[in-house]
Amino acid sequence: MSTWIDVCDKDEIDEEDVIRFDHAGKSYAVYRSPEDSFHATDGHCTHENVHLADGLVMDDIIECPKHNGRFNYKTGQAKGAPVCVNLKTYAVKVDGGRVFIQVG
Amino acid sequence: MGDKGMVIVGAGEAGVRAAFALRERGYQGTVTLIGDEPHLPYERPPLSKGSEEAGTVRAIVASERFAEAGITFLRGQRAISLDLARHALRLEAGEILSYERLLLATGAAPRRFPGLATSDRIHVLRTVEDASAIRRHMREDGRVAILGGGFIGLELAAMGRKLGTAVTLFEAQPRVLMRGVPEKLALALQARHAAEGVELLCGVGIETIADGESGVTIGFADGRRIEVDAVVVGIGAQPNTRLAAEAGLAIDNGIAVDRHLATSDPHIFAAGDCCSFPVTAYGGRRVRLESWRNAQEQGSVAAANMLGEAASFDAVPWFWSDQYDLTLQVAGLSDGATSTVGRTLSPEAEILFHLDAEGRLLAASGLGPGGAVARDIRLAEMLIARGTRADPAALADPSVKLKSLL
Ligand SMILES: Cc1cc2nc3c(=O)[nH]c(=O)nc-3n(C[C@H](O)[C@H](O)[C@H](O)COP(=O)(O)OP(=O)(O)OC[C@H]3O[C@@H](n4cnc5c(N)ncnc54)[C@H](O)[C@@H]3O)c2cc1C
Ligand code: FES
Repeated sequence: MSTWIDVCDKDEIDEEDVIRFDHAGKSYAVYRSPEDSFHATDGHCTHENVHLADGLVMDDIIECPKHNGRFNYKTGQAKGAPVCVNLKTYAVKVDGGRVFIQVG
Repeated sequence: MGDKGMVIVGAGEAGVRAAFALRERGYQGTVTLIGDEPHLPYERPPLSKGSEEAGTVRAIVASERFAEAGITFLRGQRAISLDLARHALRLEAGEILSYERLLLATGAAPRRFPGLATSDRIHVLRTVEDASAIRRHMREDGRVAILGGGFIGLELAAMGRKLGTAVTLFEAQPRVLMRGVPEKLALALQARHAAEGVELLCGVGIETIADGESGVTIGFADGRRIEVDAVVVGIGAQPNTRLAAEAGLAIDNGIAVDRHLATSDPHIFAAGDCCSFPVTAYGGRRVRLESWRNAQEQGSVAAANMLGEAASFDAVPWFWSDQYDLTLQVAGLSDGATSTVGRTLSPEAEILFHLDAEGRLLAASGLGPGGAVARDIRLAEMLIARGTRADPAALADPSVKLKSLL
């Protein structure tokens, strides 16, 4: 069963930035793109167990803080060495100024 | 290109990256990757780190990827000689391979302590075999001496403490990490090691090392002696240049390459720890780096140029080290800096920016828990690459986003 989970106020995420969001024992990374769209992926890199929220967002790309592995955070696609496994992505909606992600 | 194909010597970070990059660029001929270790290519950084999966080996790529990409991986095979005129490489087993283009990605080998042979108790660290031999001494009742306060020595000291081993670390210089790390951050790391119980002896001369039946005795210049179960020598590495040197390729603190990573023979390229190259972001000064990302990036650029492109290698040097929960990251080269600006991100996380006389950012070094310094170091790297003159006040103020300076 999938549910929409309230993450935060829209303005708590800067444009072209990312925050960490933990829910029910899982950790997510929630992004706001330069075009003001919102996205969510698994929180941890697929190379080592490192949280992506300390990483750098540039355009559609999140760069892992540990070894600079790159993913497209809109599609989850791994963009090459050292990361080769894609990130899982989650649906996101903005409702009444709040950001929700769909999990489960 | 002809049908002789591409041959790569050395199946480490640089060689593996190059092999796959050839395919990613659409090359259809044969790609042969030769590695003298008996394993699938693996990552070296975890070997010295006390990370959660201590003892497990992390492959650079999944084994099935070689077949999928049509890369012939000759495992456990050593290249022993190179004939430049015939474009031929001879393997130890006798086989001779012809190449259209050759990449030397032979890496580096640990420097030995003069007059001290390795044994069950005396180790260096480069390979997975070295790492497991060292781990056997990292027991709760164990006592290990580390010679050399470089990255590998310090990371091993942290691993030892995590496993409950008594660790004594010797550094001949007055402090650890004399090369490439600012004093302030090196001293912060030293303080952390001391707090974790590492016995840190800097500026200490070692007179004798006696490898005995039941332990190793280290004698100091001042007459003191200590007894340990094992010694790890971590005093740097030297580039594996023999194959290149014997073939007559130019050597200069590594296999000398130009900014396209071509050696003195235009059919032969070199990448990674084995080569020295002109670092374009710093006026073309020749350097040799021992860094994981550098090896990968050079592998990709070398692959492009093996296929006839003229890509210039101009990445800003970058590396990291993990000790306890702390990560050190350094971007750029600080030699020639005339001033330093600090940015305090939290009580435990700090970045030092190194500027030249014109106010251009040359390097940034950060130390902090987990990923605390990563984003700013990455942005600093971009500022360095652009030759940005950065306002010291903005660099010092953690509320100014470095992204806004790009
Ligand atoms: C313990 C350890 C920890 C490290 N930690 C970090 C870190 O935290 N951060 C960082 O930035 N860097 C780190 N590094 C450095 C990084 O791992 C190296 O820079 C990187 O591995 C270099 O890759 P390479 O492909 O140039 O060489 P290598 O990885 O050494 O690969 C070269 C390969 O070629 C083989 N070879 C050599 N000669 C021949 C021949 N004639 N025929 C066939 N095969 C041959 C070698 O056996 C080896 O397998 C660490 C290194 C070590 C050893
Ligand atoms: S942990 Fe993310 S790239 Fe290595």
